[in-house]
Amino acid sequence: MTPKAENQARFGVAPDAMVFARGVRKSYGPLEVLKGIDATVPAGSVACIIGPSGSGKSTFLRCINHLEQLSGGILLVDGEFVGYDLRDGKLYEVKNSLLCKRRADIGMVFQSFNLFSHMTVMENLIEAPLRVRGMPVGEARAKAEILLARVGLSDKAARYPRELSGGQQQRVAIARALAMNPKVLLFDEPTSALDPELVGEVLQVMRDLAASGMTMVVVTHEIGFAREVGDQLIFMDQGVIVERGVPREMIANPQSPRTREFLSRVL
Amino acid sequence: MSLAEPDNMIERPSDPIDDLVVVPRRHYGIWIGMVVALLFAFVIIRALATNPAFAWDVAAGYLFHPSIMRGLAKTLLLTVVIMAAAIVVGTIIAIMRVSPSLVLQSFASAYVWFFRGVPALIQLIFWFNLSLLFRTFSLSLPWIGPVFSVNTNDFMTPFVSAVVALSLCEAGYLAEIIRAGIKSVPSGQSEAASGLGLSYGQILRRIILPQAMRFIVPPTGNEAISLLKMTSLVTFIAVDDLFYTAQSIYARTFETIPLLIVVAFWYLFVVTVMSIGQHFLERYYGRSDKLDESPFARLIRLAFAPRRVGVLP
Ligand SMILES: Nc1ncnc2c1ncn2[C@@H]1O[C@H](COP(=O)(O)OP(=O)(O)OP(=O)(O)O)[C@@H](O)[C@H]1O
Ligand SMILES: [Mg+2]
Repeated sequence: MTPKAENQARFGVAPDAMVFARGVRKSYGPLEVLKGIDATVPAGSVACIIGPSGSGKSTFLRCINHLEQLSGGILLVDGEFVGYDLRDGKLYEVKNSLLCKRRADIGMVFQSFNLFSHMTVMENLIEAPLRVRGMPVGEARAKAEILLARVGLSDKAARYPRELSGGQQQRVAIARALAMNPKVLLFDEPTSALDPELVGEVLQVMRDLAASGMTMVVVTHEIGFAREVGDQLIFMDQGVIVERGVPREMIANPQSPRTREFLSRVL
Repeated sequence: MSLAEPDNMIERPSDPIDDLVVVPRRHYGIWIGMVVALLFAFVIIRALATNPAFAWDVAAGYLFHPSIMRGLAKTLLLTVVIMAAAIVVGTIIAIMRVSPSLVLQSFASAYVWFFRGVPALIQLIFWFNLSLLFRTFSLSLPWIGPVFSVNTNDFMTPFVSAVVALSLCEAGYLAEIIRAGIKSVPSGQSEAASGLGLSYGQILRRIILPQAMRFIVPPTGNEAISLLKMTSLVTFIAVDDLFYTAQSIYARTFETIPLLIVVAFWYLFVVTVMSIGQHFLERYYGRSDKLDESPFARLIRLAFAPRRVGVLP
């Protein structure tokens, strides 16, 4: 049995689950930020996470690609622990090189873009494929050109990040994440730092991605996007999932008073 | 523009805008300052030119003297070797200081505290006299026995002690500069890089350090320049650098002032060349933000821009 199948059998993970979280806890010192998160994101689906500031949304995303270590619970991506290997009922921390390799399969897009400011757009896109995947330069460039065309920025390959608008930078950041052929893409409020008229172009790229079958976990305040694109909607508050459901139904008819209150504020 | 505003094309006999004249502010303080400065310059140049004790012809004769050239070469060699060693050690110390390990952090802090705190001259003489502390250096392994053994005095030549002392000292300063540079890179950069799967070493080398360079290069240039001058301390332990060579000549001939002029000339010359190099390095590392114009550069540009009425910069 492969490790993946073994994990799935052992923890009761659905075979098509791309992200599987059970009882995920995270504390910073005495402050417990995540208090037992359960969630499943099936491959090819889009999960949207909403919730007030400080509810732990970013922390949960960062746990998924192991930028933060869990304090408790388990988190599997494509049936594997990101930072551990399970042997004889124990979780062994994996070598850094293996952790890097697994992280490379999980793309992340940040609120503040975080493009490498000393590199051109093209260099941003080929850096990780060259260094992490050992891809030949020609291949990496060809791939980057295709991705830039896909986000509508073919003419910006030689530009530096600060020569681009916020919306363009975020589209480059998405292309950079895609250059690694990730199994899943995590978005942390990708449009929150953008001027209102630039939000649309980024959401359009994300919409196209979802339509192409990419698995996505999106923390967002764009309720319209969640309703239209999301397969499930998760409402978090104070480190727990208060309510989850099909976006359209949940937005039209929230069950919990906290969800109702939050939605009435952001809608 | 001309199409959109046909009115401007029509000749109007007396448009009051055309008659406006800008009268610049008078800067009396600056005028007085200039006169005083010119006066000073005149006095100094006259003193330099007419006082025979400067003996310019003697100085000119020594300018390319073979021993002076050898001394200059030694000074340059010292500067380059010490700077290179200091950059390596300083980078390591800086990385230790930003590492997550408390032990490494404390070690690095202690290093900086000590080597920046003790005067360079004292460190220099200390290393030169290392043999007073350790007569020999030897390595012996448990079962194999002594592997090698050397007399301290055999390898701690004046040149080696100068390199060791000054590069350890300089590394203390560089470590602080490099650490500040690393800290100046936003944390989102390394976060994005680790999200992409780059390793810690790759992130440092490829993402953090290149961006930190913009903050590191200008003060490092200053350090290199002051190091060039600091190497004249090695005269104390009889390394035959530029200053030592000049000293040993005027000790014989008593042409003290002309030789000091020669030494000053060469230091100034090298510093000038280094400053030009530093300028180009800064431009290279700043290439990704060429859109930005520093407030100072803007001031200069505006100061020399042609003045026009009613046009804001
Ligand atoms: N590195 C850290 N150390 C200590 N506390 C942290 C750290 N990171 C986050 N926190 C705390 O964890 C809580 C949740 O933070 P998180 O960033 O996950 O919230 P969020 O839901 O993403 O909020 P926002 O909508 O404002 O981004 C906050 O109270 C925050 O102060
Ligand atoms: Mg957040």
